[in-house]
Amino acid sequence: MSEPFETLFEGEEMELSFGPQHPSTHGVLRVMLKLDGEKILDAKPIIGYLHRGTEKLFEKEPFPQCIPHTDRLDYVAAATNNQGFVVAMEKLLGITIPPRAAYIRMILAELQRISSHLLWLATHAIDLGAITPFFYTFREREEILDMFEAYCGARLTLNTMKIGGVPFDLPDGWVETCSDYINRLPAHIAEYETLLTGNRIWKKRTIGVGVISAEEAIEWGLTGPPLRGSGVKWDIRKVFPYDRYDEIEFEIPIGKNGDTYDRYLVRMEEMRQSARIVRQCLDRLPDGPVMARVPKVIRATEGMVYASVEAPKGELGYFIVTTEKATEPYRCHVRPPSFINLQALPDMVRGRLVPDQEAVIGTLDIVLGEIDR
Amino acid sequence: MDQPLYQFIVIPLVKIVVILGVLSLIVAYLTFFERKVLAYIQVRLGPNRVGPRGWLQPVADALKLLVKEDLVPGGAQKFVFMLAPALIIVPAFLVFAVIPFGPATRLFGLLPEAIPPYLTDVNIALLFVLGISSIGVYGIILGGWASNNKFSLMGALRSGAQMISYEVPMGFAIISVLLMAGSLSLVKIVEAQQSSHLWFIFPGLLGFGIYFICGVAETNRNPFDLPEAESELVAGFHTEYSGMKFAFFFLAEYTNMLVVSSLATVLFLGGWLRPFPNVAWLGFLGIVPPFVWFALKVAGFIFVYLWFRGTFPRYRFDQLMHVGWKWLLPLSLANVLLVGLIVLLVKG
Repeated sequence: MSEPFETLFEGEEMELSFGPQHPSTHGVLRVMLKLDGEKILDAKPIIGYLHRGTEKLFEKEPFPQCIPHTDRLDYVAAATNNQGFVVAMEKLLGITIPPRAAYIRMILAELQRISSHLLWLATHAIDLGAITPFFYTFREREEILDMFEAYCGARLTLNTMKIGGVPFDLPDGWVETCSDYINRLPAHIAEYETLLTGNRIWKKRTIGVGVISAEEAIEWGLTGPPLRGSGVKWDIRKVFPYDRYDEIEFEIPIGKNGDTYDRYLVRMEEMRQSARIVRQCLDRLPDGPVMARVPKVIRATEGMVYASVEAPKGELGYFIVTTEKATEPYRCHVRPPSFINLQALPDMVRGRLVPDQEAVIGTLDIVLGEIDR
Repeated sequence: MDQPLYQFIVIPLVKIVVILGVLSLIVAYLTFFERKVLAYIQVRLGPNRVGPRGWLQPVADALKLLVKEDLVPGGAQKFVFMLAPALIIVPAFLVFAVIPFGPATRLFGLLPEAIPPYLTDVNIALLFVLGISSIGVYGIILGGWASNNKFSLMGALRSGAQMISYEVPMGFAIISVLLMAGSLSLVKIVEAQQSSHLWFIFPGLLGFGIYFICGVAETNRNPFDLPEAESELVAGFHTEYSGMKFAFFFLAEYTNMLVVSSLATVLFLGGWLRPFPNVAWLGFLGIVPPFVWFALKVAGFIFVYLWFRGTFPRYRFDQLMHVGWKWLLPLSLANVLLVGLIVLLVKG
């Protein structure tokens, strides 16, 4: 008890334990702040409040049963988590999935990216005091969740991909629903932009806040929108295409200044690009089976594999080690984008004011489920 | 019943009871109004479960707050902690002693003689309003300080700085009205707008803008709601307050919104006057009683408040100071000069 009080009065500095129960830490993140008035002298993220030992659990589960655990990593983007794991497993086992399965996967993953970005926009805007975008984005996110429900029965923890394909074909009428939604989405995104993009207060709160240069971003190992916001054109879908992303046309939006506003614009554009990908996938959706021929009990050979996908938050990688004839991973390490992106937080907020920290936490778009694992 | 007793005790007492009662009711339903308006802005329905169309929601809220556990955090300055809610709500209500809701009326012939529907008309009403409403900031600062919570303290400090900074340009904006009206009495100001055939918003548009921006900042409402910015400071200065003490802070905020709106109505929108008060062919507008005009104008301001809240993000603390000192203050000074010049030229 005496320790915090000693630091409290030293040199007019104040220590503030920000979280783990706090409205704007997006989960159970705790940040120890050293403050001089409202100025942040130092920040130290403390994690581990949501640690569930997921990586250890992988070692006890047969390969197909690892997939539900991946749902719970980035719990707002379950489909891309599933995708990361199955892509890694297929690479390890040398399975080629049927084209229809790959296209369905891409549709699900891009819808998931849109829904994740919508959630990010909602919480980011509410952190900066704009409460209305939250309800608008949730209106659109709801429809995506409805589509997921129509496809696999679940809305959040989807468990919707299998090693070798996807568990179901698209139900009747699903393509039309999705197509209709994708046609409407750009208008909705324009609606959010009218509320925020040109708003003077929004610009004041985001331009020049949480700046990170391209070199620093690469040094920290940032991926996803935080990296692209700094002007680095790096997207796993382009540089190491998986599924059938090499057949699809889309742009990688990048920013210039590496500040919160640029990352905001990058994510807004990513939603439009995702819609474009879904549109192309729906138009070209091939016929055929949705599962490759995969044995009922999957047995691996001795080996190790690393494969990554572009999750909404950045590069999501799975490093899986297997032993001969094993039915479960010997070791599985997850490279979660949020965990690596969070490292940059102290650098981005040092010397700035407390409200900027909310902007930075929001713009990093972290999910504690995959940080603590 | 002798005349002085009747005139100085009974009538004012009745007025006090009526004003307090009606005001409390309005404030309670203002929370309901806010939730409904915000809901419709945000594509949802808002409260609609308690009573017909949710009309009893404020009653349910009040009951809930009354029976809630009243916590005093350990390490809090107990006396100051208790005092703070009173310090903020009393001045908020006190201001309504001088707000003129309408001209002297016989209430459609119910009363034997015309009685003004406001409590009193003091000749320094405007100073009274400014002075009393400034006391409210003590409630916030003391409440934040006494809570023994860092978030509360930061909220209180922000609030103190904010209210003091914005009171200066607000004062200057009000001075421009004084120049036009030539009186500090709110009733005289309204009458001056009648005799000059003009609401003061037309010559004083700039002053009106400055006044309203400052008013929003004074009441800690979005986009200037930093003292209670929930994404930064949990709930700001009232983080540790619960139950009825929290309700006092909450009610005071809404009452202050009413104060700012009423004052804006009186100073710039002609108080109880109908639009274009002296244009004869618009005489049919006189059917609507004066206090209804007053209420409509206030309601319009309140709606703008809620509209702001539904639309804008929040300023950062240093940006708020920047706006206050570097923009509003010079602008309001220039406005005083401008209005003074106009008054000098017109009145000679």
